[in-house]
Amino acid sequence: MIEFEQVEKSYQIGKRVIPALHPISLSIQTGEVFGIVGHSGAGKSTLVRLINRLEDPSGGRILIDGEDVTGYDAAELRAFRRKVGMIFQHFNLLSSKTVSDNVGFPMKVAGIYSRREIQARVDELLKRVGLADQARKYPTQLSGGQKQRVGIARALACRPTVLLCDEATSALDPQTTQSVLRLLAEINRELGLTIVLITHEMDVVRRVCDRVAVMDSGKVVEMGPVTEVFLHPQHATTRDFVFESENIDRDEMHQDMQQALGRILRLTFKGEATYKPLLGHVARESGVDFSILSGRIDHIKETPYGQLTLSLVGGNLERAMQALTDADVHVEVLR
Amino acid sequence: MEELLTNVNWNEIGGASWETLVMVGLSLLFSVLIGLPVGVLLFLTGKRQLLEQPVAYAVLSFVVNILRSVPFIILLIVMIPVTVMLIGTSLGVAGAIPPLVAGGAPFFARLVETSLREVDRGIIEATRAMGASVRQVVLGALLPEAMPGIIAGITVTAITLVSYAAMSGVVGGGGLGDLAIRFGYQRFQTDVMIITVALLVIFVQLLQMLGDRLVLYFSRR
Repeated sequence: MIEFEQVEKSYQIGKRVIPALHPISLSIQTGEVFGIVGHSGAGKSTLVRLINRLEDPSGGRILIDGEDVTGYDAAELRAFRRKVGMIFQHFNLLSSKTVSDNVGFPMKVAGIYSRREIQARVDELLKRVGLADQARKYPTQLSGGQKQRVGIARALACRPTVLLCDEATSALDPQTTQSVLRLLAEINRELGLTIVLITHEMDVVRRVCDRVAVMDSGKVVEMGPVTEVFLHPQHATTRDFVFESENIDRDEMHQDMQQALGRILRLTFKGEATYKPLLGHVARESGVDFSILSGRIDHIKETPYGQLTLSLVGGNLERAMQALTDADVHVEVLR
Repeated sequence: MEELLTNVNWNEIGGASWETLVMVGLSLLFSVLIGLPVGVLLFLTGKRQLLEQPVAYAVLSFVVNILRSVPFIILLIVMIPVTVMLIGTSLGVAGAIPPLVAGGAPFFARLVETSLREVDRGIIEATRAMGASVRQVVLGALLPEAMPGIIAGITVTAITLVSYAAMSGVVGGGGLGDLAIRFGYQRFQTDVMIITVALLVIFVQLLQMLGDRLVLYFSRR
């Protein structure tokens, strides 16, 4: 478990002290995929670098499995960092080393593995990330997605318990992003590794994260399970991110809603309810007529969900809403 | 042909060429041995680097700048007492080496610093995140990544040393420069001058070619 207790960070530029992170307290459970989403400059990059102490906090404590990592001396810190893998937006592979040597590099740095152990581990990891046949190539000969796979293999070399992902998919095209995210989810599932992932794309959070913290100007403005935060965003920043990821143009949506008749409801289904033929049933029973203004059915990690915006006219609205609520559908009245 | 090169004593040319080779070779070796660690230190103690140390950087940088701002011909003369103290004489091939190193090492140190700065900061960050010590970052990541730049720096330094070595002829340094000054200039033997210059040009060309090949070999970009 990773716990932040009133952790803050400020930079001193000349005589001015510029706060980068206001006191933050949060905890990340062992084995979960924790997302931190925010615009650039929101402080998420700093936050994640505090975990492996690439940045030192200005105040507060960071506990990892109960141990305060802010008090480590240089040698303890180096030993600790071996247990925390990290991957980067621009991969940061060594161009002078082959794929195989890049993956084995952290083990060489650790200085406690024999050459045979390193070779065996490198082969195993390259197989896991699907690059067994690229072992002798140099990074420049690889595509972006392949480079990130090498980055992932390298981060896993010393069998870490935590993996930090710094905008790991931001430099990749959508298809490659998907395959890298799938790999991360697989690693999380099979190795029980805790993953802390920072991104500016809500879509990335939706696909792999269990919980998410939304950051804005050095503060965590919203935090919770992805299903909650994504489907029922409370803070304006969170809403921006969700709308952005769903390609919703809010002006257009507003126009559509003005033209629609009757009441406007937003229904949110989660899990099993997503697939039930509920709408027709409710319409028949309560006598309301509906038209769909917008809708989407997708997955949050493995949980299916649906979100529909309907305009309803006639019939017994109360009864319709009751029937929907009874069927585990979350109903919001928009107008 | 024989009539055109009446003053040329090929034995002497051969000997002088060998002396130049020895002077450049040895001074290059020492310039690299001294300049490389100094360059690494300049880089590490610099602003926002691993061992940021403003005072150490300022001192180191000042010494390097002093040595680099003195014109080499002056450095040759200024260094005479130091050279006598170090190796007993300021003449001949041996006497030329200390001033050559004094000119070459700081020059090379700056080139090393520059090529280290060109290494992506992300690579340093990634290596630190693995739990590497500063030594491991330098030896395992920085130097290998900067290798093409450093090799190019060695080439440039070697070529500079060829010209410095020729200059050392003025203060009795030996080699092709000495030959050119004593015979070509002071005795008006134009043929000797032409031959020495031609040899120096060929020498520099060969060095550059070798350097370029090595850079290519070490580049994986």
